Amino acid sequence: MKKLLLSLAVIALVVLHQDFWNWRSARPFIFGFIPIGLFYHVCYTLSVSVLMWIMIRHFWPSHLEEEIEREEESD
Amino acid sequence: MIPAIIVFLYLAVVLYIGIFAFRRSRADHEAEDYFLAGRSLGQVVFFLSLLGTNMTAFAILGSSGHAFANGIVTFGLMASSSALIIPLSLFFIGTRVWALGKRHGFMTSVQMFRDRWECSHIGTVIFAVQAALLVPYIIIGVMGGGTTLAAITGGRVPYWMGGAVVALVIMSYVFFGGMRGTSWVNTFQTALFLIFGLVALVVIGTGIGGFKSVVESLEASPATKSLLTLERTSPLFFISYMFIPLSSIAFPHITIFCLTAKKMSQFKKTVLLYPICMVAIWLPAVFLGVAANKIADVPGIEQKLEARQRLATEGPTLSVAERDDLRRKSAGDDVLLVLLGAYAPAWLAGILAAGIMAVVMASDSQILALSTMFTEDIFAYYGGKEKFGEHLQVQTGRVFIILLTIAAYVIALRAPETIFSLAVQYAFSGYSALMPLLVAALFWRRSTKWGALAAALWVAAAVIGVAVFQAAVPAPAPGVSAWSWSVAGVDVLSRTPGGTAVFGFMPVVPMVIVSVLLIIVVSLVTKKPTEATIARYF
Repeated sequence: MKKLLLSLAVIALVVLHQDFWNWRSARPFIFGFIPIGLFYHVCYTLSVSVLMWIMIRHFWPSHLEEEIEREEESD
Repeated sequence: MIPAIIVFLYLAVVLYIGIFAFRRSRADHEAEDYFLAGRSLGQVVFFLSLLGTNMTAFAILGSSGHAFANGIVTFGLMASSSALIIPLSLFFIGTRVWALGKRHGFMTSVQMFRDRWECSHIGTVIFAVQAALLVPYIIIGVMGGGTTLAAITGGRVPYWMGGAVVALVIMSYVFFGGMRGTSWVNTFQTALFLIFGLVALVVIGTGIGGFKSVVESLEASPATKSLLTLERTSPLFFISYMFIPLSSIAFPHITIFCLTAKKMSQFKKTVLLYPICMVAIWLPAVFLGVAANKIADVPGIEQKLEARQRLATEGPTLSVAERDDLRRKSAGDDVLLVLLGAYAPAWLAGILAAGIMAVVMASDSQILALSTMFTEDIFAYYGGKEKFGEHLQVQTGRVFIILLTIAAYVIALRAPETIFSLAVQYAFSGYSALMPLLVAALFWRRSTKWGALAAALWVAAAVIGVAVFQAAVPAPAPGVSAWSWSVAGVDVLSRTPGGTAVFGFMPVVPMVIVSVLLIIVVSLVTKKPTEATIARYF
């Protein structure tokens, strides 16, 4: 279930990158000078950090590290 | 003059860092220490160096230039797509490459492929394709160094001397410092760029009287309004750009760099901070590139705008050579430098120019990666290490660095830049199409060496095919119908002002899709590796 949710989140971000709804819109200007299309992609980029934070907390491949630690201890 | 002095001081610091790293090298595990910094890089160096290695001259100067011509869509095309794909690649592939390198002692991706798929010469073919795609990148780095140094010194240092100075500095610190020196230099460079990139935004913003008036002025003019929207790129090209950052993890210098982390946990902060730093670096670069369109009182910008205007109005009536000349004159790769020269005080312009030099000099990682690949995948694999020992292997790597840099410099002096710009343009597509090899090796038990070979040969053929096509069919003028080959009313292959389109997409899309299909189909009909080998990976 967790893997399915992660897959859906990644697919959603891939789809959300194609923001055709902003295609011909310059306004509103955020903070008076940032066009909406640019502001959208800045927010989008920052939202990837949120996804990464969730992935680190719930999907980190810690078994890879543990296997190496075990092998190093046995050596 | 002051900016030039600061840049030369900066080059001296970079050289010192490389030589200082040489003193820290250890005699035991000599090759691993030289080529991978002993797999011991700490968190800060690992993150900043990885970020800097990905931020090439094309990323920073190219992004401003692209934004100057195409508007804010540049951020969506290049920055936000990379900010998603690169951290995902590092999370899923980088961590596994690190773990396998640690367990089995791999130093290159080809070593891993040879072991994973039980192959020998097929690994050599993959090496050859990787190396062929990387060389133009190194040459264009030297060219960028020469051009930038000439621009910063106002022509007092000519192109040939600028290229020589940059090549010599890079060669020296890579030669002495290996991966440790290169990583320290990259860390220093990236920190410099992160800090002073934001300073540049503030200084130039203040100099032009605030961004609000510039943006409103851009919106008021029909010719520039579209720069504030995404409409200067077709939606199919926009989707295509999502495929380009797949190349990042497949570039040998990035794959190899994943092996240098001391602990796997260092990937955590790297993937978390990567998108944030992308915003910090790309937002100023793109925004200033767009804003430059309304700063016509700066002579350098004015000439570019005039050339662009002439190309748009007289383009169809001009010869191919005249159009190419106007394209070169209107290119905005140096808009950041021009704006800095106009608005920043000399000392700050010098520091910022040094930061830009830093990005131009990103070819250090690629030179080291090619040296690592040559000594490990060819010299050591074909018996050199066994016969001559590890010490001579490292010395061979160092000699290779000298020869490669000299060759790159000589070619940079003699060949026109457009050829290598074209090659680099499709090197990204080539590495994107090589990325499925990593996914197949790490995640698909049934993948085989024949599937990998089919994909590697396809990548080589596709890159050559696109390059030959673009060389044979000149780029049309903007606004003029492009040459195209249609079937049943559908444009299959088109020559566009900016490159090539296949069914309206950039070539990278079919290249990746066919690469994936070839690996799957050919692997399914050929014999898989032994269970013992597969068990070591899954």
